[in-house]
Amino acid sequence: MGTFIEEFGAVWGGFLGTLSLTAVSGVLALVLGTLVAVMRVSPVGPLRTFGTVYVELVRNTPLTLMFFFWVFVAPSIGLVFPDLGFWPAVVALSLYTSAFVCEALRSGVNAVSMGQAEAARSVGLTFGQTLSQVVLPQAWRSAIPPLISVLIALTKNTSVAAGFAYVELVTVQRTLMTANPVDGLWIFFGIALMYLAITIPLGVLAGQVERKVAIAR
Amino acid sequence: MSAESSVLYDAPGPRAKRLDAILNWVFTAVFVAGFALAAYQMYQRGVFDDRWEVLWDPPKGQDAIDVWRSLFNGVVSTLKAAVIAAPIALVIGGAIAIIRRGARRRLLSGSSAVATEIARGLPVLMLMFLAKLFFGWSPLWSVVFGLVVYNAAVVAEILRAGLAALPRGQREAGLSIGLSAMRTTVLIELPQAVRIMLPALVSQMVVLLKDTALGYIVAYDELLRVVKSNRDYFGDRYLIPLFLVGALIYIIINIAVSRLAVWLEGRMRRTPHAAKKDDGSAAMHDGGAEAAGIAANTGGAAGGGDPGR
Repeated sequence: MGTFIEEFGAVWGGFLGTLSLTAVSGVLALVLGTLVAVMRVSPVGPLRTFGTVYVELVRNTPLTLMFFFWVFVAPSIGLVFPDLGFWPAVVALSLYTSAFVCEALRSGVNAVSMGQAEAARSVGLTFGQTLSQVVLPQAWRSAIPPLISVLIALTKNTSVAAGFAYVELVTVQRTLMTANPVDGLWIFFGIALMYLAITIPLGVLAGQVERKVAIAR
Repeated sequence: MSAESSVLYDAPGPRAKRLDAILNWVFTAVFVAGFALAAYQMYQRGVFDDRWEVLWDPPKGQDAIDVWRSLFNGVVSTLKAAVIAAPIALVIGGAIAIIRRGARRRLLSGSSAVATEIARGLPVLMLMFLAKLFFGWSPLWSVVFGLVVYNAAVVAEILRAGLAALPRGQREAGLSIGLSAMRTTVLIELPQAVRIMLPALVSQMVVLLKDTALGYIVAYDELLRVVKSNRDYFGDRYLIPLFLVGALIYIIINIAVSRLAVWLEGRMRRTPHAAKKDDGSAAMHDGGAEAAGIAANTGGAAGGGDPGR
């Protein structure tokens, strides 16, 4: 218990590390995932194929492998990052999460009733207009609960960065536990609390949004 | 897939067909050009030189067999952690689901509910470090501990969604022929819940298999760490071929198990007497946990067979 309170400065630093990594890669993953989702439902064959292959490949790759690629392999093919810890982690996490964002959105697009798209087409909207004016605004709505689940998973996944030279909560857990093995359980629950401080509000938000959407339909 | 997305655009007329053909060519050309450019960049950096020989004629007096044997051992360790953890996680997850459904005592079902929520909300890596640094376990058992705790919680949640999706009559029938609540859950409800949720359970096992790669961080000698130690031995130059082999092995194994899940799902759709609720299909999208959670939210009350309708 004592260690956790004494070292709270370090824990807070780790918390900010986790939070900033989650925020930056979350935003990038949402943008990227939307793009891939559009590719996957588009009428252009090669784009569809690219989207499908991308999602299949990324979803079947362990996140650790992704990190390993951006930290160790990428520099030798000329992709060098300005600093070691943050940016490779952001790239790995955004690419990994974007595949799941894409799938959440795509299931949202499938949940929009067929009549909506048919009506849009029958008044003469093009594919781009149908998607951006009619289908996606509705798809977003029903995709929000699964999207928040994806963001919660992302929050937990940022912990992998601990193995690749980035200071976040698990890094702090490791150093504190190594230095004070006796206090280990307290440190563990303290760090767990910090994670729950991010994930529980997200979960509550998901519940509320879900209720709202349920009424709207 | 094209059938479900075709709702977004009309069957192409002559003009759209021409446009489609042009776009097809343009994007194919763009992708090919992109890959060619990437390959050229790599060529410039000497990616395609003799470094690939590490796979059949490695330097430093090593045999190709040594390299491949070490990689094979890495695969075996990866699979070993998964094979130990998966059954334990399934059994514990099943037990928790049974307790939450069948136990009459609030304390028992309530505390298991809290435990699953906490275990589900923590990073697996944290749990692995707890086992390694606090319990002082070996890397293998630390990996297994992390995988078991997290996945047992998720499996419990998936099964809970499955139990909630069953028709109420199943439970009522069991209680009315005089079975206890616990026996009703174990003998009548659980077998059906497992059946409905089988695809979600299999895709959760894919997640478990993927998560064994976290062992790299807690110094467990799995495939990725073997790649790293080979690279440390032979030099950074040889990393790309070694990494590519490792990545391919991971992806092939994972896709194979994912296909199993898809196949199972298709088989269940065809089987006439399988229960109609197909929560499992949504669960395919993200390892099952989220979809199962959503399904669980819509499910009815847990605990005791309340008689009210």
